[in-house]
Amino acid sequence: MYSEKVMDHFSNPRNVGEIENPSGVGTVGNAKCGDIMRMYLNIDENGVIQEAKFKTFGCGAAVATSSMATELVKGKTVQEALEVTNKAVMEALDGLPPVKVHCSLLAEEAIHAALWDYAEKNGIKIEGLEKPVNDIEEKIDDEDY
Amino acid sequence: MSQLIYLDNAATTQVYPEVVEAMIPFFTEHYGNPSAIYSFAGEAKKAVDEARRILAKGINGKPEEIYFTGGGSESDNWALKATAEAYADKGKHIITTKIEHHAILHTAEYLEKKGFEITYVNVDENGMVKLDELEAAIRPDTILISVMAANNEIGTIQPLEEIGRIAKEHGVLFHTDAVQAYGHIPIDVENMNIDMLSASGHKLNGPKGIGILYIRKGVKIRSFIHGGAQERNRRAGTHNVPGIVGFGKAAELAFNSMNERIAYETKLRDYLIERITNEIPYTRLNGDPVKRLPNNANFCFRFIEGESMLILLDQQGICGSSGSACTSGSLDPSHVLLAIGLPHEIAHGSLRLTLSEKTTKEDIDFTVDQLKKIIERLRSMSPLYEDFVKKQGN
Repeated sequence: MYSEKVMDHFSNPRNVGEIENPSGVGTVGNAKCGDIMRMYLNIDENGVIQEAKFKTFGCGAAVATSSMATELVKGKTVQEALEVTNKAVMEALDGLPPVKVHCSLLAEEAIHAALWDYAEKNGIKIEGLEKPVNDIEEKIDDEDY
Repeated sequence: MSQLIYLDNAATTQVYPEVVEAMIPFFTEHYGNPSAIYSFAGEAKKAVDEARRILAKGINGKPEEIYFTGGGSESDNWALKATAEAYADKGKHIITTKIEHHAILHTAEYLEKKGFEITYVNVDENGMVKLDELEAAIRPDTILISVMAANNEIGTIQPLEEIGRIAKEHGVLFHTDAVQAYGHIPIDVENMNIDMLSASGHKLNGPKGIGILYIRKGVKIRSFIHGGAQERNRRAGTHNVPGIVGFGKAAELAFNSMNERIAYETKLRDYLIERITNEIPYTRLNGDPVKRLPNNANFCFRFIEGESMLILLDQQGICGSSGSACTSGSLDPSHVLLAIGLPHEIAHGSLRLTLSEKTTKEDIDFTVDQLKKIIERLRSMSPLYEDFVKKQGN
């Protein structure tokens, strides 16, 4: 049911782990629906993401989208990272089964949550970044899954 | 993948070679329609009768009380819908449990929409139906009690004899979904006062697409599939002769070897349970520790999610199943695990392993060894585990 890329990122996830004293960290999802993603970012003084790590509780797609999301934001500026949407994550993984699309939304939200934390810690405003919802289900509630 | 360790025998089973062998002539040689008058169809008719006899004998029923269906789900649908229709004059109340298979639960929901009232009785933390609650739920307009013989997920065996006694005392029909139990544990429709029973061929090394509904003589439920006069006018459709023969053969093998199989599987199951609960921390066994199907083990591993576990097991050639949301295609984990009182996040980390008489101790050892590594790996990736460890440290 999963593409080879999804299986690869699930079996050999990139950037698993924690960062001590990260520039930003965000946790999204909830245990009730079975997916939680935590993303850690280290961002240098030029606003470039030097390091991204994650921890995820969830299914194969949840792990794979987390892994791909960290890969996609690494080396990007904060502004560029904002453009890593769930669609970008899905495309990079050669697609996801329809019931797993919410995992990619969660990955996008995890990036935003970590960036939001970074912005708050540094007292800056990142253009186009809205305060992320804690519970991704609030956001996708109306969609048809 | 060099080896396959199949531990999903509750999902389906291997068709035994003896069963296939018994079936083949009824595709190629004795292909006559058993309803036909000419002697050529005689072999087919005889074989159907013989299967019916074996299938009835296994549960102490009469051959004329066995009706062939297209499988367990059809049997469950038939039992509920046709009873509801036939007894609607008496009442529109049906009692079942919260842990039934969806073939019962979704049929019950359908009947609710048609104006029937359904009481879903609770189970205790081991998945055992609460008998006092069941009895208290009976009303003058109750027409049917439907309680599964053994649960497909957590393996808990229900007190059929007590339920049958309660049903009989109150003059209510008793149906049991025995899809997981038939041929695996002893069932006696007389002692247990069972009025209807569903069973399926492919859960006991028979073919898929064939099932039975046992209907006690005198129960007035009508046809569900309309058409020809097969099955004493109660289930139309040309007999699936090879399927029926295969089911009969599989049941014969199952009933003849039941005691040895129960002894062997129970011992192996308990060894599996002991190893997993001793060697993997933050693990619980789901279902009754003793009153459970001989081949069923079901666990929850905290801080991890079931589908990830299944994929990693599959990469080692091990087939299992999970009640996690991700494996069900919905956002909710198994209704059975929620009904026994587990919180969502723990229910998401469930694993069901169901053995067969061909499972070996080596299979179990390999599985447990792999599972230990898999769970450690998934926990090391889990933010829930990270939080838990940090909390412990404080």
